[in-house]
Amino acid sequence: MCGIVGLFFKARAASPLLGPLLAGMLHEMGERGPDSSGFAIYCDNAPPGGFKASLRAPAADYDWDGFAGKLGAAFPLLGPLRPYGSHAVVTLAAVHEDLHAWLAEHRPEVAIFGFGERIEVFKDVGRPDAVTGRFGLRQRAGTHALGHTRMATESAVTTEHSHPFATGIDLCLVHNGSLSNHNRLRRNLRREGIRFATDNDTEVASGYLTWRLRQGLSLQAALEAALSDLDGFYTFAVGTRDGFAILRDPIACKPAVLAETDEWVAMATEYRAIATLPGAADAEIWEPRPATVYSWQRQ
Amino acid sequence: MTGPVIEIDLSTSSVRDLNQRLHRLDPGADERRWRVLNPNGAHAIAVGLTAPIDIEIIGHVGYYCAGMNAAATVAIAGHAGTGVAENIMSGCVRVRGNAAQSAAASGRGGLVVIDGDASARCGISMKGVDIVVGGSVGHMSAFMGQAGTLVVCGDAGPDLGDSIYEAEIFVAGEVASLGSDCVEKALDEAAAAHLAGLLERAGVAADSARFRRYGSARRLYNFRVDHAAEY
Repeated sequence: MCGIVGLFFKARAASPLLGPLLAGMLHEMGERGPDSSGFAIYCDNAPPGGFKASLRAPAADYDWDGFAGKLGAAFPLLGPLRPYGSHAVVTLAAVHEDLHAWLAEHRPEVAIFGFGERIEVFKDVGRPDAVTGRFGLRQRAGTHALGHTRMATESAVTTEHSHPFATGIDLCLVHNGSLSNHNRLRRNLRREGIRFATDNDTEVASGYLTWRLRQGLSLQAALEAALSDLDGFYTFAVGTRDGFAILRDPIACKPAVLAETDEWVAMATEYRAIATLPGAADAEIWEPRPATVYSWQRQ
Repeated sequence: MTGPVIEIDLSTSSVRDLNQRLHRLDPGADERRWRVLNPNGAHAIAVGLTAPIDIEIIGHVGYYCAGMNAAATVAIAGHAGTGVAENIMSGCVRVRGNAAQSAAASGRGGLVVIDGDASARCGISMKGVDIVVGGSVGHMSAFMGQAGTLVVCGDAGPDLGDSIYEAEIFVAGEVASLGSDCVEKALDEAAAAHLAGLLERAGVAADSARFRRYGSARRLYNFRVDHAAEY
């Protein structure tokens, strides 16, 4: 099962509608994935030279003030840390590798769930209304966002195994389906320097795209390469700093609906998630074809 | 069909209430025409109907709409999700828009008309249903078809009619590829008359002379000793 949703506003400016609309779409997909939920939202830019890190601690009462004090002694913080219970977003002048190394040494209990100029990632076990409420999604503005409701078939139900998976800079992926060659692929990608935090199949797909983009491929070309290298069932929705893409495997058992108006592009596992959007009744609606990349890029 | 039209708004009424009302119709009652508003992609609308009633659904429906239909006429003024009219027994289901995968799956009788395109596996394991698609169909359509007719006015995706038993397929446009044991057959007089009659019944304007006919080569019916080494 699983439910995936995506919403991409065509305008450059962040819309205050993004959070509430995505929360409504996730609510509709609750029956498809009661195990865990998550979302990635693309919102304010980090200041030049800075990155936003989405962090997750093991407890909702984690001492984020103390954490920020320690972190600030190691890297310049470019704004106050924003705590959301077990999660926090911090803007800092540090590259991904350095932050990862620092956490491993000083705060190994804290994981990086997302990293980039614009992306913020939140995910947890529980139904979508609980998770979106916990992290205040309805109060968030942005340009595009992806969400996922998980019915686990492949690996454990934990916060770490929830989607989205964001292994690259501003890159994230949500997945409906299961991959069958992820163990071998994970071993190969580790040799290429891609880091994995779990034994989850979807994290491998996200790592695979990170690796391909690092090689210089466009998102379109990376997804076309995935058609040959990933074995299994999948409908993927992928977010990048300014883009949004959809891919289904050649057999296309896993459902997907796309809808487009002058203002937005939306993707969902089922139409009922799209029906909640303003203008849905007049949107162009179609089913993405198997083995075909659909992508949108904001200029 | 005459009589008053009963409107059910699914923004204020549940699918279960609607379906239970339709299942419990009094045979003598004058409740033969129904209109369903605001389906908003809900699943299992108007499933399991057994009365000869008319239902019009205004909007897009979710999975399995009009599944197991017997006797009723269901028209969907919108797109349909997975498995529209699955296991239809009789009556007629019409989709004015497009249909997602597995439309009319395992249908045993009746008529399913899709004015737009149908996705993958349209008519999978069909067992007597007649299907007319105004547009194109996706891959593996009529897979393991056993009886009935699939008419495609547009194109057909890869592996059309894979492992087909006895269903008949007519396609006006391009066929990406034929599946295992599916072959082209002559459009003889009887087949042409059957096709023309079906197009007329479906109310689809298409020239029956443009179609090509496909069916089973019947090579998978029996075990062939030549293949023994493959097991």
